Amino acid sequence: MTIVNLVVNETPVTADVEDTMLLGVFLREMLQLTGTHIGCDTSQCGACVIHLDGIAIKACTMLAVQADGARLTTIEGLSKGDDLHPVQQAFIDNHGLQCGYCTPGMIMTAVDFLAHNPTTDIDEISRALEGNICRCTGYNNIIKSVQQAARVMGAGDMVDEVDHV
Amino acid sequence: MYDLIYKKAHSYASARDFLTAAEDGKLLAGGMTLIPTLKQRLAAPDMLVDLGGIADITKITVGDNNMQIGAMASHALVADHELVRSYLPGVADLAGQIGDPHVRNRGTIGGSVANNDPAACYPAALLATGATIHTDQQVFAAEDFFVGMFETALDWHEIITAIHFPLDQICAYVKCPNPASRYALAGVCVAKRHDGQVKVAVTGAGQDGVFRASDIEAALEKRFNPDVLDDVSVDPDLLLSDMHANADFRAHLVVQMAKQAVIKLLV
Repeated sequence: MTIVNLVVNETPVTADVEDTMLLGVFLREMLQLTGTHIGCDTSQCGACVIHLDGIAIKACTMLAVQADGARLTTIEGLSKGDDLHPVQQAFIDNHGLQCGYCTPGMIMTAVDFLAHNPTTDIDEISRALEGNICRCTGYNNIIKSVQQAARVMGAGDMVDEVDHV
Repeated sequence: MYDLIYKKAHSYASARDFLTAAEDGKLLAGGMTLIPTLKQRLAAPDMLVDLGGIADITKITVGDNNMQIGAMASHALVADHELVRSYLPGVADLAGQIGDPHVRNRGTIGGSVANNDPAACYPAALLATGATIHTDQQVFAAEDFFVGMFETALDWHEIITAIHFPLDQICAYVKCPNPASRYALAGVCVAKRHDGQVKVAVTGAGQDGVFRASDIEAALEKRFNPDVLDDVSVDPDLLLSDMHANADFRAHLVVQMAKQAVIKLLV
């Protein structure tokens, strides 16, 4: 067991964790933050994506002890009270989800991507979402959602791309 | 995952001390291969020694003749780094093709090189550019380092500290990725030195991991043009065959990827 100190969604957390505990399990089972989903548990599907010091990572492929000293943001930490993050709002507006299982990971990936590349370019968005799988295959509306969020967040290139999917 | 003890090292000396104290300790870099391996119980180390706490281990610098990339530099860092993009854009481009964004955010050059996955991208770049692998004990030429599939010349407790790429060349890497894993079914790095020497390294296809394609090199040294590769073939008997691609297809891919890499260097 190892004691870890970290900040999760702006709240300081101290916990005694098994050295083998995965970060995703820590969030879901110790902190009850079940918005982070475990889909494949093999770092392929991206349902478990969270931010570690502002960078999108897969929580199923990291140990909780590795996150000692880090600042984490999960899907629960994205909205400010009832004010949804622009990416969350965009997923609602564009029906960017079907079953919703992949959605937390999609949104966390999109937030990190748009923070560094505020673009509406379909190819760039598709490439950014390569590590996130939607089993319902709802990619069209997911990409539209990210495009809307990019516009709201002030994307420079406001050219309207033709849907090519 | 089998039970183990986790230790975070803050210096090479402390990492060595931890490893010495362990019965079967393993070094943890980005963990993009090691952690899935542990989860599947394909490995059972009694200790993980995390290199993430060592100062300067992610540093990227440029000297007179080479570029030094710290062992724990993530693929995302290498792909986006201004120095890498201006001095060796082919290496930045390669790093940006690895896995997916999340893998690139955690996976490291040192981890990739130490693991020597037969389908990993970096070994091709190291072998083609004649990079050197620096450890806490010695320096390896890439030629001597990659011994076989998942096998390197590293000693049991040896720690990679940095990779040095010579700057007297241009290089380009093109791969045909497995659409699911993004690993290379065949990936080719072509490096052309300013003195005219051409080195071509192939990953994803060889039965013993990364290898030099001497016939392709010889053809390109005569004339650096993709057309000269029309008459060059790679022996499929030396290549991997699996559910994703048989050896004949991989042999075809190697030549095609080499052509595309040459085209990248010509435009």
